[in-house]
Amino acid sequence: MPDGGADFVRIEGLKRHFDVSAPWLVRKLEGRPRQVVQAVDGIDIEIAKGETFSLVGESGCGKSTVARLVVGLYPPTAGRIEIDGNDMAGRRSRTDMAALRRRMQMIFQDPFASLNPRWRVFDIIAEPIRAFGLSTGKADLEARVAALLRQVKLNPADGRKYPHEFSGGQRQRISIARALASEPEFLVCDEPTSALDVSVQAQILNLMVDLQRRLQLTYLFISHNLAVVYHISTRVGVMYLGRLVEVAPTDTLFRRPKHPYTRMLLDTIPDLEMTGRQRSPVGGEVPSPINPPSGCTFHPRCPFANDRCKTERPKALPIEGGTVACHAIEEGRLPIEDRTYALNT
Amino acid sequence: MAAASNNQPLLEVRNLRVEFPTRRGTLLAVDDVSFDIAPGEVLGVVGESGAGKSLTGNAIIGLLEPPGRVAGGEIRLEGRRIDNLPYEQMRKIRGARIGAIFQDPLTSLNPLYSVGRQLVETIQTHKPLSAAQARTRAIDLLKEVGIPGAEMRIDHYPHQFSGGMRQRVVIALALCADPRLIVADEPTTALDVSIQAQIIALLKRLCREHGTAVMLVTHDMGVIAETADRVAVMYAGRVAEIGPVRDVVKHARHPYTKGLMGSIPSLGVRTDRLTQIDGAMPRLTEIPSGCAFNPRCTFKGQRCLVERPNLMPAGDTRAACWLHDRGGVGAPILKETVDA
Repeated sequence: MPDGGADFVRIEGLKRHFDVSAPWLVRKLEGRPRQVVQAVDGIDIEIAKGETFSLVGESGCGKSTVARLVVGLYPPTAGRIEIDGNDMAGRRSRTDMAALRRRMQMIFQDPFASLNPRWRVFDIIAEPIRAFGLSTGKADLEARVAALLRQVKLNPADGRKYPHEFSGGQRQRISIARALASEPEFLVCDEPTSALDVSVQAQILNLMVDLQRRLQLTYLFISHNLAVVYHISTRVGVMYLGRLVEVAPTDTLFRRPKHPYTRMLLDTIPDLEMTGRQRSPVGGEVPSPINPPSGCTFHPRCPFANDRCKTERPKALPIEGGTVACHAIEEGRLPIEDRTYALNT
Repeated sequence: MAAASNNQPLLEVRNLRVEFPTRRGTLLAVDDVSFDIAPGEVLGVVGESGAGKSLTGNAIIGLLEPPGRVAGGEIRLEGRRIDNLPYEQMRKIRGARIGAIFQDPLTSLNPLYSVGRQLVETIQTHKPLSAAQARTRAIDLLKEVGIPGAEMRIDHYPHQFSGGMRQRVVIALALCADPRLIVADEPTTALDVSIQAQIIALLKRLCREHGTAVMLVTHDMGVIAETADRVAVMYAGRVAEIGPVRDVVKHARHPYTKGLMGSIPSLGVRTDRLTQIDGAMPRLTEIPSGCAFNPRCTFKGQRCLVERPNLMPAGDTRAACWLHDRGGVGAPILKETVDA
């Protein structure tokens, strides 16, 4: 839980806009305006040390962009990102930046695309150690890589192989070993299990939980799978069209969801308990982030929207240990109800 | 087996084998798979990648990619054998009697033709209708699958539709000739969760209204639990367990199904660790002797290492596991662990 001031990661008013306009000449000739995608449109997140903060949302909501902004793969258009009190944007010198980068690493979705097929696994995992100059010599490097491979339940002898010799789950273990090689404190995981089969997903999730305990890691976990998020997170932020609509501790979010979009997402989880609950498929789709709806961007799909929702952008208000950005909740038009789940005991 | 005794199953698959000749020998990707689908029934086929579920579906619609081929067994649709038909005859059945829905709606549609033209072409291939009649039917179909403004949208091109809307168009295409069976291969995998729920609700409604049977191939147990009447769980090219979906989900009998169900994170119960099945599904080149699951199985006995189990009655389902061979010798029946 965040306890004021001790947050490890602090994100304030983060924005990232992408210019997707046609080329200048085409714009001038055809009289077309500039077009900007507001991929991330002002979000605030605090992540305490040792917790797992998850971002959920549908494709195009900007959750992966947040992940890339946090590790510095994109510069933000506006806003601040502080890692353990260090402002990411304020650091200009290479050495300063490298020192900060060593402390955070990223795990990507596709274990087939994120490992260089021409490198042996040993070199893939050794790269961060070499890049940050962490090892004292060849023997030390070999010992470190072997320990990392063992840590992700692979055989140190696997270091001699190439990525194509491994299955998807094993490759994701290699990605994790590489991410851990620089002894980071903070891991940004962008859909780390969504390319994997469920039984392999369970192995990777268990491994991530074990590693977090052992190494006191802090996770920013990006996923569209609510069941996985429920399982792994301390707190959850729900994103819609570049904005955070609700943030809450995991149990609160799933037991007492507040924002209509959160409720809708929870309704879409297929029911494995076979309670015969009728899912109410919400009509409509996510609008284009190039021309997001005015006011609350969810209003065209929201059954509780009124005129205020169409014009005024809702602010994030603190409620029950989290925040929610919804006029209907603020005005008390939308009652907050407990959801029940068939307990699988 | 599950088809009502008074009517013949719509689809019968018997001892189906699909193999791929490769330089390193012939790979058996689907090994002795048998099941029935009753008229109007939704059979879910679930399994991890490489289990052979999509190949089984492709064999039924006659679209195995060469060099893959049906190497044995029979597929019968309404009593008529269809696995050995010449290409042209199979082409008539596909579309008219069997519809197909694939995972990626963008690649199932021709980007150069309007959706209307594609629908009209399909309708006229299978039904003796004039162009105007076919167009009316195409508009009706688009309305039926829930596309708003169907009269206008019919002249739009696939790129003008969103992913969910495209999948609706694909479903409309599959329904053109009122098929008796639809083979849907991961129809919701490429879609967002909220759209997924819409498409599942749509498929369920259409099948109920038209009495169409569906073979729903997916890796998502949640989708199966919501949609299917019965489910077949595949592992390494074979059916590990088959039965009514409720029994398989709640009281799985095969150790693999049990592990698979446990590895799905579920809402309502926060466990510290998920049940995990160690290891991975064997590659087709390295299928172990005996039961293919034996290297990962915690209940294995001597017999599992040498003798391959066939489906046998196990509780309310049928499982290919020696634990359920009541009369036989071999693996110990660890009742408390299996039934727990």
